[in-house]
Amino acid sequence: MNDNDTVLSVKELQVAFRTRSGEVQGVRNVTFDLKKGEALAIVGESGSGKSVTAQSIMRLIPSPPGMVKGGTIQFNGQNILKKSEKEMEAIRGKEMGMIFQDPMTSLNPTMTIGRQITEVLIKHQNMDKKQARLRAIEMLRLVGLPSPDQRFSQYPHEFSGGMRQRAMIAIALACDPTLLIADEPTTALDVTIQAQILELMKDLQERLGTSIILITHDLGIVADMCDRVIVMYAGKVVEEGTKDEIFKNPKHPYTRGLLRSLPRLDQPKDEPLIPIDGTPPNMANPPIGCAFCDRCDFAMKICTEVDSKMITHSETHASRCWLHHSSYREE
Amino acid sequence: MIRFLLRKTVNIVLSLFVLATATFFLMKAIPGDPFMQEKNVPDVVRQNLIKFYGFDKPMWEQYLVYLNNLIHLDLGMSMRQQYQSVSDIIARSFTYSLQLGLVAIVVSIIVGIAVGLIAALYHRKLIDKLAMLFATLGIAVPNFVLGTIIQYYFANKFRFFDVAGLNDPSDFVLPTIALSVLPIAFIARLTRSTMLEVLSADYIRTAKAKGIGSLTILIRHALRNGLLPVVSYVGPMTANIITGSVVVESIFGIAGLGKFFTMSVSNRDYTLIMGITLFYAAILMFARFLTDIAYALIDPRIKMMKKGGGGHAAG
Repeated sequence: MNDNDTVLSVKELQVAFRTRSGEVQGVRNVTFDLKKGEALAIVGESGSGKSVTAQSIMRLIPSPPGMVKGGTIQFNGQNILKKSEKEMEAIRGKEMGMIFQDPMTSLNPTMTIGRQITEVLIKHQNMDKKQARLRAIEMLRLVGLPSPDQRFSQYPHEFSGGMRQRAMIAIALACDPTLLIADEPTTALDVTIQAQILELMKDLQERLGTSIILITHDLGIVADMCDRVIVMYAGKVVEEGTKDEIFKNPKHPYTRGLLRSLPRLDQPKDEPLIPIDGTPPNMANPPIGCAFCDRCDFAMKICTEVDSKMITHSETHASRCWLHHSSYREE
Repeated sequence: MIRFLLRKTVNIVLSLFVLATATFFLMKAIPGDPFMQEKNVPDVVRQNLIKFYGFDKPMWEQYLVYLNNLIHLDLGMSMRQQYQSVSDIIARSFTYSLQLGLVAIVVSIIVGIAVGLIAALYHRKLIDKLAMLFATLGIAVPNFVLGTIIQYYFANKFRFFDVAGLNDPSDFVLPTIALSVLPIAFIARLTRSTMLEVLSADYIRTAKAKGIGSLTILIRHALRNGLLPVVSYVGPMTANIITGSVVVESIFGIAGLGKFFTMSVSNRDYTLIMGITLFYAAILMFARFLTDIAYALIDPRIKMMKKGGGGHAAG
C-alpha cells in the first residue's frame, strides 16, 4: 500500500457538517490511494461527498460547520490532517493545485490574470516580480492562450469561460504540483470547450507527470481521461476499479444504474433512458444498512440491516454490495 | 476620458438648470414675500423694497433676470442679511461646515470600515453581535437626541469640552461624534454584509487553494471587492455632511451652512435659499462624480470611457 510511488493515501476519512437539523455525514470512511502520474476519477451525484473528499485533501472545508471526524490523509509522506494552517499554506498551491467548477466566479474580478498567477509564484517559488512574470506568461502559453503577453495584463471579464478555465489551470499548475485536484472542471463550460479543456488537462498531465483527481458526475469525461474510477454514494465508496472494469463489468447496482442512465450514440432514438428512481437518503440521519437499498432493484433483507464491506473482485476491482458476498453467491 | 468628463459636466449643468428652475417657481408659488414679517413698515418703504428686488415685474422676467445672473455666477444679495451677498454668506459658513464635515467623514470611514471588518471576521461571535447592536442603535438614535445628551454630559456636567462654538481642536470632538455616529453605523453594517458575501465567494476559495495567507487574502482579494458598495454610500454622504447638519450646527452653536439654510427658509430669503440649494446640489453632484471615478478605479469591469476594439474576446 505504501509504495514509494504512492502520492496520496486516504484512509477511513470521515467528514461531517454541523447544521440545524443535526450532524450531516458528508464523507463516511472513504479509503483510496493515488499513484504518481495516475488519473483517478471520483464519480457520484450531488451530495455524494466527492467534493467534500477533495476539499478535505486540501483542508479547504469551511470549519465550522465542517469537521474531519476521523481517518488519515497521507500526502507525500506527510499527514495532512496534522498540519497547522501555516504549514498547509506552504503545501497548497505548491504541492497541490486545485481547479474549481465555475471559472466565471473562481477568479478575482478586480485583479489581472497575470497578477493572479504571479501571486502563487512569488509566494511559493521565491521569485521576484520579473521572473514570476516570465514564468506566468510561459504558463499562459502552455495552457494554450493566444498572445499571452497581452493576456497577462487583462482582467477576468475580458476572458471567455473556456479561457478563464485555462487561466485557472495555469494558476493551479504554476508551481508544478505533484497533485492536481479538478472539481468538476468542465461542468460550467460548453460541450466543445469541455473537450478542449479535457484535452489540455490530459496533455499537461502526460507532459508534467502530475497526479490528477478528477471529480465529476459525467461518466463521459471519466472514460476520456482517467485510469481508475471511484464511485461514491451517500458519502461512501460503493465501487472502485480500473476504467475498463467499471465500464465493462460494473458490479454495484448503483454503478450499473449510472451507466444505464447514460445516453449512447448507438442507441435507437426512441429508446428511453433509464433513470435511477428515488432520491439519495437524508445524510443527517443515514440508514444503518446500505444507503442505496431504497432505490435498488435487488435489495434484500440484509441490505436494510447491515451495510456490506468492500468485496474484492480482482486486485483493482471492489464493490460494496451483498450481491457479491461469498455466502450469498454460494446459496 | 475627455468624453467622459464632458458628458458628466453637461449632465451636471443640465441638472442644476432644472433644479434652479424648479426651486424658483416653487418659491414663488408660496404666498407672501420676504418682507411680510417686517412690522411697522410704511407702505411706501415696502413698495420700494419690492421694486428694488424686482418683485413687481412679471414672473417670467424675474426668472430670466435670475437665470442671467446665475450664468454670470452672481447669486445676488441676501434679502434679509443686510449688505451681504449670498456668495459671501456661503463662503463664510461653508468653511465651518467643511472643516467639521471633513473630520466627521474621515472618522466615519475609518471607524465604520474597521467595525464592519471586525464584525465580518468574527461573524456570529460576541464581537459581531455587539458591533451590530451598536450599529442598530446608531441608526435608530436621532442625532439631535445624541447631540444634546453628549453635550449635557460631557460639556455641561463634566466640563470636558466647551458647550458650543468651534474655536479650538477640542471643540470638534462632540459635534464630530454627533455627526458621525449615523454614518459609522451605516458603513459598519454595509462593510460587514458585503465582506461576508465576498469572503464566501469562489475566488476567495481559489486564493486559499493557492496557499495565500488569510490576512493577505483579506487585504488583497476581499477588501477591494467588498468596498464598492461602501464607496457608493460614502460619496453622497460626504456631500451631505460637509454641507452642514442643521441640527448638529444648531445644538453646538456653529455658524455653518446648515444654520443659514434653515434661517433662509424661515425668513423666506429667496436669494439665499436659491443660492444654498444650488450650492448643495453642486456639491452633491461633484461628490457623485468623484464616486464614479473611484468606482472605475476600484473595479476594472466599470469603464469610464469606451476603449476602441480590445475588450471581450471569444474562444
